[in-house]
Amino acid sequence: MENEKLSLPNYNIPEDIQNVVAITTLDRLYNWGRRSSVWPLMFGLACCAIEMIAAQTARYDMARFGMEVMRPTPRQADMMLVSGTVTKKMLPSIVRLYNQMPEPKYVVAMGACASSGGPFKEGYNVVAGIDKFLPVDVYIPGCPPTPQALIAGLIKLQEKIDKQSIKTVRWYDKNKADSNYVPMPILGPDLIDVRRNEEYKKAAATKESAS
Amino acid sequence: MTAPASTQTVDLAARFPESVTADTRPGFAGFIVKKENLLEVATAIRDEFGYDLLTAVTGVDYLAENKMEVVYHAYKTTGGPGLIFRVQVERADPVEVPSVTGIWLGAEYQEREAWDLMGIKFSGHPDLRRILMWEGFEGHPLRKDWKEAFFEEEVKPFKSRWPDGQHTYAEFKNPFRDNLSFPENFDPEKYEPENEKDLYASLENHTLKGEGGLKTDQIVVNMGPHHPSTHGVLRVAVTLEGETIMGLKPVMGYLHRNHDKIGERNTYLQIIPYTDRLDYFNSMSNNFGYCTTVEKLMKIPVAERAEYIRVIMAELSRIQNHLIFIGMLMNDLGTMYTPSLYAFEERELILDIFEAVSGARMMCNYFRFGGVVRDIPDDVLQKIKDLVVERIPAKTDEMERFLNDNEVLMGRLKGIHVINAEDAIKYSVTGPVLRAAGIPYDLRRADPYSIYDRFDFDVAVRYNGDLLDNYLIRFDEIRQSLRIVEQALKGMPQGPINSQKPAYQVRVPAGEAYGRIESPKGELAFYIVSNGKPNPYRYHVRPASFVNMTAIEHICRGSKIQDFVALLAMLDIVMGELDR
Repeated sequence: MENEKLSLPNYNIPEDIQNVVAITTLDRLYNWGRRSSVWPLMFGLACCAIEMIAAQTARYDMARFGMEVMRPTPRQADMMLVSGTVTKKMLPSIVRLYNQMPEPKYVVAMGACASSGGPFKEGYNVVAGIDKFLPVDVYIPGCPPTPQALIAGLIKLQEKIDKQSIKTVRWYDKNKADSNYVPMPILGPDLIDVRRNEEYKKAAATKESAS
Repeated sequence: MTAPASTQTVDLAARFPESVTADTRPGFAGFIVKKENLLEVATAIRDEFGYDLLTAVTGVDYLAENKMEVVYHAYKTTGGPGLIFRVQVERADPVEVPSVTGIWLGAEYQEREAWDLMGIKFSGHPDLRRILMWEGFEGHPLRKDWKEAFFEEEVKPFKSRWPDGQHTYAEFKNPFRDNLSFPENFDPEKYEPENEKDLYASLENHTLKGEGGLKTDQIVVNMGPHHPSTHGVLRVAVTLEGETIMGLKPVMGYLHRNHDKIGERNTYLQIIPYTDRLDYFNSMSNNFGYCTTVEKLMKIPVAERAEYIRVIMAELSRIQNHLIFIGMLMNDLGTMYTPSLYAFEERELILDIFEAVSGARMMCNYFRFGGVVRDIPDDVLQKIKDLVVERIPAKTDEMERFLNDNEVLMGRLKGIHVINAEDAIKYSVTGPVLRAAGIPYDLRRADPYSIYDRFDFDVAVRYNGDLLDNYLIRFDEIRQSLRIVEQALKGMPQGPINSQKPAYQVRVPAGEAYGRIESPKGELAFYIVSNGKPNPYRYHVRPASFVNMTAIEHICRGSKIQDFVALLAMLDIVMGELDR
């Protein structure tokens, strides 16, 4: 980001120290640092992952936006690019990876499958959108999205980061600390989302009384 | 050019008059074998008749006739047509059929898949567990009476999605407002998950025992499903003794997208875009395989110009697949990024051509029954010409020069044994891995489809079966593909691009078809059973990656863990195809 955008022009800085002193808000400085080095988790699920790789190669070069450092370990990643169909069998692993990522963390749903299930929505092993489990920041349409679309989506994420404030983001809010952790789903006769256990029991009870 | 093998088929019924009858249903071929005699007949098929390569094992659920059928497709590695034989049993849950893994080891994972999805129990199978779904999942999804949570109707087009009908979301029809269904009286809090004890028990059973000497502890390491070099969401449980792999079990299904079940709901035309997403590097090849199979069933010709376009697209697809293979292999071996960046540069140029003809970079959806959907514009033809005559041959040479003179790379590849010819056939391995082991088995020559019999090309073959040969054969295949494209460009006639009129519904007569093509990864085949309706009754994909994976345990046991990634890369798996 250029100097003009980072510093606040309203403050009157004496002319002789203007090139050594800049005044800005903590939010602006902090967001500027984060948005320029969003490290994605090196994590490919399906077809979209190939376009994600293509976006990093010479022709599209995601590195221009400070996002080229793919980290295979979630401990060092800032952003999870859910690139492909989320299946029920895979979901516990994805949730675990998300839980292991340190805050601030972002989730980008790349492509139709990650956003809503896409063409495979009706399948018995498919989760109809990762947003049923993880808080998604940006959805990128396409099947698969072209590298250009992916980069456009990531720029949207940067714009979102620009607008955040340390005071309000959920990971520094004591009351919302739970939202950084998603309880692990269980693979049972079907996918068990433990947050919805009550609902399942109620449904089983009504079925019983109906029969 | 060698001539294809003779088209004479055997008469199994004459050899086994008591236990084998010819299949007389209209549209069906092959033989029905009595369940009790299956192993005896199968042994004879392999040893007496010489069908050494069992390519596909799959089940069909005939709900109306109250029968379940297991269909086997066996071929000869010397070429020629195949032999279909099947076993029919009364429908039950589960049905039991003897396992043929003792005769063809390549049936192992396919039988596990049939158990998982169809509920066919193979007695005598060494390791019969679920393979694509998890242990503890309710039901066998590909049975005709099993319904998914978002079930709307048996077949598409769904009336609810028709313009004059009332549109509703699938979620609103489900009690959980989600893609879920639980058995009656299910209590989630009392449920105890399986915790994969079956997996670890089976891993222990199939582990080599250390041979005296130092007493060492074995440790179990799980690689994946999130791992940078498993080429997707594959998981492998490995038992290590020091650095040596003593036992190994792959766990798959992390990308199981229910291709077969969705395919059976779709109309024939609707399946084409789904096939794109099987092997997502080679959507053109997948289209090719599927359309060839349906055309076989419909008995329609393909427009002359379209045949050439198809061959050009399939071969371009093969070239970019092998380029990516080389780039990714370098990544796996530790030459991070630079070679793969070069490979992707060339791939982009080929994708440009795909985009120009079909409108999409990866998911082309380009083939139709009887031809292709759009003609190639002249400027694109010129582009292809420039690419295959000048750029790609030069870049392939350059890549070969830069990489193959590298001492470290050669050290990693030379002499690391992958698989020998005999075992490769036993495990039904096809594609470059089989050819690198010394068997010149290429479907374009061994069982020609489309117009491959018109081109002059060599079947790439190498004989050592080590990592180096497996790697070099990809360069050979790129060169042969370039030759084919060049000839196809020269021979391409003018004319219509489709022999049929464009139609949303196609008429497919009742019967079965097994169509196979040489995809860049091996034999890609589709098995379709039609009952004359607009949707396939049974739709099964026989992917190369999945069947080639059967050999992974055999390949890796006893080798070092650091070579494992390279050995896995050699099979050139892609998860979309492996898990479907």
